[in-house]
Amino acid sequence: MTFLELIKVRKEFGPSLAVEDFDLQVERGEFVSFLGPSGCGKTTTLRMIAGFELPTSGAIRLNGADITNKPPNQRNVGMVFQAYALFPNMTVAENIGFGMKIKKQPADKIRKRVGELLDLIHLPDKGPNYPYQLSGGQQQRVALARALAIEPQVLLLDEPLSALDAKIRDELRSEIRRIQQQLGITTIYVTHDQQEAMALSDRVVVMSRGVIEQIGAPFEIYNYPQTMFVASFVGTLNQLRCQVVDATSGRLAYDGQSITTGTAIGPSNGATVTLMLRPEELRFGADGGDNRLTGQVEAVNFLGSTVRVLVRLGESTLTLDVFNERKLELPKVGQNYTVSFPPHACWVMPEP
Amino acid sequence: MKRFAIWSWLWFALGALYFLLPLYGTLDFSLRMQRGTLSLLAYQKALADPQFIRSFTFSVQMAVLTIIVGLLLIVPTAYWVHLRLPELRPVVEFLTLLPFVIPAIVLVFGLIRTYGRPVTILSVTIMPPLTNTTLGANSLLIAGYVVLSMPYLYRAVDNGLRAMDVRTLTEAAQSLGAGWPTIVARVIFPNLRAALLSGALLTFAIVVGELTIANFLARPAFAPYLALLSNSRAYEPAALSIVSFALTWAAMGIIDLLTRGAPGVLGGAGH
Repeated sequence: MTFLELIKVRKEFGPSLAVEDFDLQVERGEFVSFLGPSGCGKTTTLRMIAGFELPTSGAIRLNGADITNKPPNQRNVGMVFQAYALFPNMTVAENIGFGMKIKKQPADKIRKRVGELLDLIHLPDKGPNYPYQLSGGQQQRVALARALAIEPQVLLLDEPLSALDAKIRDELRSEIRRIQQQLGITTIYVTHDQQEAMALSDRVVVMSRGVIEQIGAPFEIYNYPQTMFVASFVGTLNQLRCQVVDATSGRLAYDGQSITTGTAIGPSNGATVTLMLRPEELRFGADGGDNRLTGQVEAVNFLGSTVRVLVRLGESTLTLDVFNERKLELPKVGQNYTVSFPPHACWVMPEP
Repeated sequence: MKRFAIWSWLWFALGALYFLLPLYGTLDFSLRMQRGTLSLLAYQKALADPQFIRSFTFSVQMAVLTIIVGLLLIVPTAYWVHLRLPELRPVVEFLTLLPFVIPAIVLVFGLIRTYGRPVTILSVTIMPPLTNTTLGANSLLIAGYVVLSMPYLYRAVDNGLRAMDVRTLTEAAQSLGAGWPTIVARVIFPNLRAALLSGALLTFAIVVGELTIANFLARPAFAPYLALLSNSRAYEPAALSIVSFALTWAAMGIIDLLTRGAPGVLGGAGH
């Protein structure tokens, strides 16, 4: 059952259009990410759900009720900001209990709930401390607890991990997901980090320039992108401009070499299409699948667990990722190399 | 490093002398009322005058009221401009700097001319001349002082708001269900304490030492009393200057003590 619904939401700031034709249905307990580059409208949309911006047109419904024009302090949504926004003049416990205090709940009830939440975020002793005494990661956890204390209908997070270092970010990421699943709370998460979006979400909404490009599960978005933008924004993408040799059997030609996609493709024979390949589906040598392309090694980047090799094929450069192992013999720059891949690794963009 | 330190100390010493020498001179003069020896005679005579206590108390009261009225006017304004009307910031800043340009005597004459006569709309008197009553005259005094202290108060509040990321804190409070009064009282004001304190201290010093407006509105403030006394006396005004200096410092110290221990003073909103 749809819990949160955005219907044809549109937001204009004077002459510029920030969000256009935004349609989304979110189930209760679902974790949805808004993913896109800066300026794509994801934060604006989140702020409209929170009530800090009013849509120019369209409607937002939460649990059946129309909240499009409701003031933010009446919506019962919990919000976590990138800058934490903890009240510096209050202790951690007072920060968490703030929302409940406003609702005039009894003191012992507040104390109990604050204690539960401090346990939930693994900071049981930090109640009497002030925000300036905590690290960035700890402050963000307190911000999360504060948003959850009021038992909101929806939890909104606006790039909450962007201000933290990589290691803390990874830890906190798992924490957020764990807590969200434990409480079963409907969550909207805004980020420009695709790894974050894919690791956390049930579904991802990929946005660009105010418009939704694709909505789907992380696996779907990554492996079956519906637009050029989604394909290149999410993950690394190899693009080869090929000629269609036989549309029914899905045969293409690149630089004189033949490629089989295994499935029928839309464009007719002789047309030019872009073939997309993910680096991790390509293999060294001739044993990786029916398709083989030969080129010259241009660069070898050892990244630790993966080795990223750039192979020049005609006018394009192919990137392929190989898992590291001790017995691996790294290719040399300038060496001739064969890259192979199975037919199902091929993805030809569907006609617009 | 050593050379640099010597120069710093030199300039510091010169600056200190600039302030301390006149003070020392006044102090020394005030102790010489009794010929031939250093004595506190001038102090005894000056403090025995009941007018001194009355005028100083009056000035302190006016200072406190000015601070309260000024803050009630400026804090919501600065907050609203920060939050909703950032384009207006330069305009408001310009307005708050006007008191520097307009001399106090022009201000007080403007007040007297405008409010020295009844305020009428279509021949109906809605306000009698303010200069005729004590309450009215005191109100004009406070109004004048609020204008005089506006540059300092506004700058202090503006700096405080800038340091605390007002917009995000306001939105955080709103998302938790807080209305405007709660936000201003529980989130904005407490985090502005340090800024408000510095503005308040400056206002206090300005009001207690202000002569022109109090004189022309014929208010029994401290500075006019001191000026009048110095027409007929030599040593007592010097003694009173030292006393008022000390009292003002004491009052500032009390204000500082009362607002000490405000944890909101340290750190911003978590950057």
